[in-house]
Amino acid sequence: MINFQYLRTTTAKSAIALLVKDKNAKFLAGGTNLIDLMKRGVTAPEKLIDINHVPLKQIELIGNKIHIGALASNSAVADHALIKEKLPLLSWALQAGASAQLRNVATVGGNMMQRTRCGYFYDTEMPCNKRQPGTGCGAMEGFNRMHAIFGTSEKCIAVHPSDMCVALTALDAEVVVANAKGERKLSFKDFHRLAGDTPQLDNNLKADEMIIRLEIPVNNLAKNYHYLKVRDRASYAFALVSVAVAFELSNNKITDIRLAMGGVAHKPWRLTASENFLKGKEATLSNFEQAAQLAMKDAKGFGGNDFKLKLAPNTIIEALNLAKSKA
Amino acid sequence: MEKRILKDDNDRVDGILKVTGQAKYFAEYELPGLTYGVLVTSTITKGKITALDTKAAEKAPGVIAVISHLNKPSAAAYEQEGGSQMKIFYTDKIFYNGQPIAIVVANTFERATYAASLVKATYAKEDFNTDFEKALKDPKAKKLQGQADYKRGIENAYKTAEVKLEERYFLPIETHNPMELHGIIADWRPNNQLTVYAKTQGVKATQGTIANVFKIPMENIQVNSEFVGGGFGMALRTWPLEIATVMASKHIGKPVKVVITRMQMFTMVGNRPAAIQTIGLGANKDGKLTGITHRAYGETSTYENFTEGVVNMAKFMYQCDNVNTAYAIVPVDLGVPIWMRGPGEATGAFALESAIDEMAHALDMDPLDFRIKNDPETDQQKNKPFSSKNIKEAYKIGAEKIGWSNRKNKPGSLTEGPWQTGYGVSVGVFNANRGKASVKGILKADGSLLLQSATSDIGPGTGTGMTLIANKLMKIPVNKITFELGDSSLPPAPSQGGSATLSTVGSAVNDVCVALKSAIAELAANSNMDATANFVDVLKKNNLPQIEVTKESQGGKERDNYSMYSFSIHFVQVKVHALTGVVKVSKIVSVGDSGTIVSPKTARSQMLGGAVGGIGMALTEESIIDHRYGRYINNNFADYHVPVNADVPEIDVNFINKPDPYINPMGAKGMGEIALIGFSAAVANAVFNATGKRIRTLPITPDKILA
Repeated sequence: MINFQYLRTTTAKSAIALLVKDKNAKFLAGGTNLIDLMKRGVTAPEKLIDINHVPLKQIELIGNKIHIGALASNSAVADHALIKEKLPLLSWALQAGASAQLRNVATVGGNMMQRTRCGYFYDTEMPCNKRQPGTGCGAMEGFNRMHAIFGTSEKCIAVHPSDMCVALTALDAEVVVANAKGERKLSFKDFHRLAGDTPQLDNNLKADEMIIRLEIPVNNLAKNYHYLKVRDRASYAFALVSVAVAFELSNNKITDIRLAMGGVAHKPWRLTASENFLKGKEATLSNFEQAAQLAMKDAKGFGGNDFKLKLAPNTIIEALNLAKSKA
Repeated sequence: MEKRILKDDNDRVDGILKVTGQAKYFAEYELPGLTYGVLVTSTITKGKITALDTKAAEKAPGVIAVISHLNKPSAAAYEQEGGSQMKIFYTDKIFYNGQPIAIVVANTFERATYAASLVKATYAKEDFNTDFEKALKDPKAKKLQGQADYKRGIENAYKTAEVKLEERYFLPIETHNPMELHGIIADWRPNNQLTVYAKTQGVKATQGTIANVFKIPMENIQVNSEFVGGGFGMALRTWPLEIATVMASKHIGKPVKVVITRMQMFTMVGNRPAAIQTIGLGANKDGKLTGITHRAYGETSTYENFTEGVVNMAKFMYQCDNVNTAYAIVPVDLGVPIWMRGPGEATGAFALESAIDEMAHALDMDPLDFRIKNDPETDQQKNKPFSSKNIKEAYKIGAEKIGWSNRKNKPGSLTEGPWQTGYGVSVGVFNANRGKASVKGILKADGSLLLQSATSDIGPGTGTGMTLIANKLMKIPVNKITFELGDSSLPPAPSQGGSATLSTVGSAVNDVCVALKSAIAELAANSNMDATANFVDVLKKNNLPQIEVTKESQGGKERDNYSMYSFSIHFVQVKVHALTGVVKVSKIVSVGDSGTIVSPKTARSQMLGGAVGGIGMALTEESIIDHRYGRYINNNFADYHVPVNADVPEIDVNFINKPDPYINPMGAKGMGEIALIGFSAAVANAVFNATGKRIRTLPITPDKILA
């Protein structure tokens, strides 16, 4: 095996200090994706900084926001009473992801940092601009059934595979990151990037930064919500398309709504136009259908994923139906 | 095998060993001085290796040897010209992407893995084609006859029928993917003595293959394979990677272990070949079949031909005077396929049983009534009566249990919100085989019976079945009976394949038990004991610690007089989501008609496994290749979708459980294959009934429903 140095630290500060010392160092949390990438030769860090002992596992209500530490496990978040009560959409999305075994070790920060599952990214014998910029995109004219229909670039049509991140995008979460100098906060929807000319970059976390926690505002959206994930088998499969929806209903009128989609873009895809359309409207099938059509503006298929042009709006409609029927 | 604590006489004899981790699989044997081999694979699809740089690998820490075609370790048979199989390390030719081209042996697995990454091959590339459909369309591409054409009555009679259909069905490559990874431990000792710990469906076959390649006597080779973590057919041959491991052990004089990766499971140990089939059916308006034409193309490799029984079922399953079949194979630049559960018959049944459903629909008949109306009394192909066949009874049981009366013949009739419900049925059939096997029985004065045969257990519960046969005949408690297998030094038995083990080896167990009983009776008579005396008393009275008998058993002329098949009926209920295209199998009723059920629990498990495999074939499994590169895209367990628990509803397993009077002393017919054969068509038929959409390309994924 390719040798690497294994370091362990117990504070965020020391973790960041270790990170900046070496250009080719990576944090190791649950390792459910990183270890696979190392085994496949996609990445070969010289240093692994084990941050599992850094005390960032809190899940707590502070003021009007729920704080979730970057190292809280996916299952700890999904099963937490506070999350189930105040942010059930997040709990559902988490439970739709991976398998119970993976959720037990995978962390919130690691979930955000996971790489695409595009087969070309994983096979070092095939072209991939994300893995090796300049080699081309294998998926563009190859097997692209799982790939993006929104915000694609000529360089990359990969999708971000997370379910959790779709819910967090919908829930207006914020991400607190830190470097040696201090913390900064960015909106969750701005955390991940589109591929553009730099498909090798998945997100806007800087090389000297560490994810510290999420802050999610408590809302009135805990009643009519749904996370609908369409996939090739009932569990342990990545989304073909997923939809996170939550709305506030008053006399069958939608007073507030959040909608986001997964499996369709290089980042979780917030459906702002559909939200704006539905706000103040009746929760009717006809309105849902119009909202779904609005969401599809600028969608583009690449052959193998053309079906998503139909599946995506259908899934939006069904997710809205299911959220409504929770009343 | 250790003694078992059984709660129930029908419990799996090795169940406790398996669930407590005591069952030892090949990779778990720790031999002194064990070394680890890792295979280097080709990254091109076709061409020649022009240079292989192994220097860096050889210098890497812990590396003992790098073996390839450059140093050709001795393998007597490979030194001769000819033969159709790939001679690993005796050729610089690349036949497919992922072909093993070198083995790196080191003192740890990790070091071997690293060193393998340092081996650099340079190639002269050639044009290639891995696309089966493209090869089919290409008039210049080779097509070889896979089976003799069959004709009964008028050829293509369907074309002039009152009601006719002609449809095309596509099945993609499927990969067996048992949980246990493939590999072998080889320990070559001085004087050409070899011990191997293998993952094999046949210890004698492994022994024979190695003996042939290295030209050493069979008796020099000891093959051990007591536990196998699933095979589904992929362990029915000794693969080049295994020969490479033996070569490596011989070359370095140390034991070598190779366990391949999940990715290598897609390229080194075969797969179910893709198939394209055309079915033509003709019927009169009353619903009698007047013509069946089944033409199939199967995929094979360029370096070795592979054929299977894709078109067999059409020849006898339905009463029809005009039947013709054709089967050809089409070489592409992929690794050679191998039988995968149900093998070709499962491929063929998907097409035929879908087409039968389509014809029933065209006739506006209930597909169950249509099948019953065309159920044959005799085998028209062989012109013989069936040895036993209880299909109509099986139809009745299954229909009742699934609630067939709730089915509407008009597709799309049962909806509840966005979910559409449908019902489907199909038949599975497979040759009820019986081969030749030997079993040794040792009856001991301590009241125990030891049975031995060089058969295998890849999971169906061979030991349990054999124990129950002996238990019934000898009236010895099951916890006093031990059945030993998976050891090439035991009396010979064929490989475990083609649903034949219980019939073949079970018959020899039967014969051994009969012989032991008569030996005891004779001893009793000679020592003035009652004929019914307990064998323990008889042995003690005669001062015998034990008696032993070895019997070879095989079928006789009964097969000349009867057509012998096992049958299954699969009923499924599906729910299809109209908006998302998601298909859920919501109810399964399988009925097995395979003679006497010797081992009820393991027989049921076989049917459960077949249904799960059937869901995979129908809805989720497909090995995807990027034909521009000739490489698999989804060669891992996250992307190659084997059904998970959440995909599988409760499965209601039923057996007719009536003895076949002719096949063997137990009256039992095999059932490993029929558990799967036909299942995928039942799902496709149910999807049609739910939605009106006929999906002829497996797997039935949401995109196909939405198309």
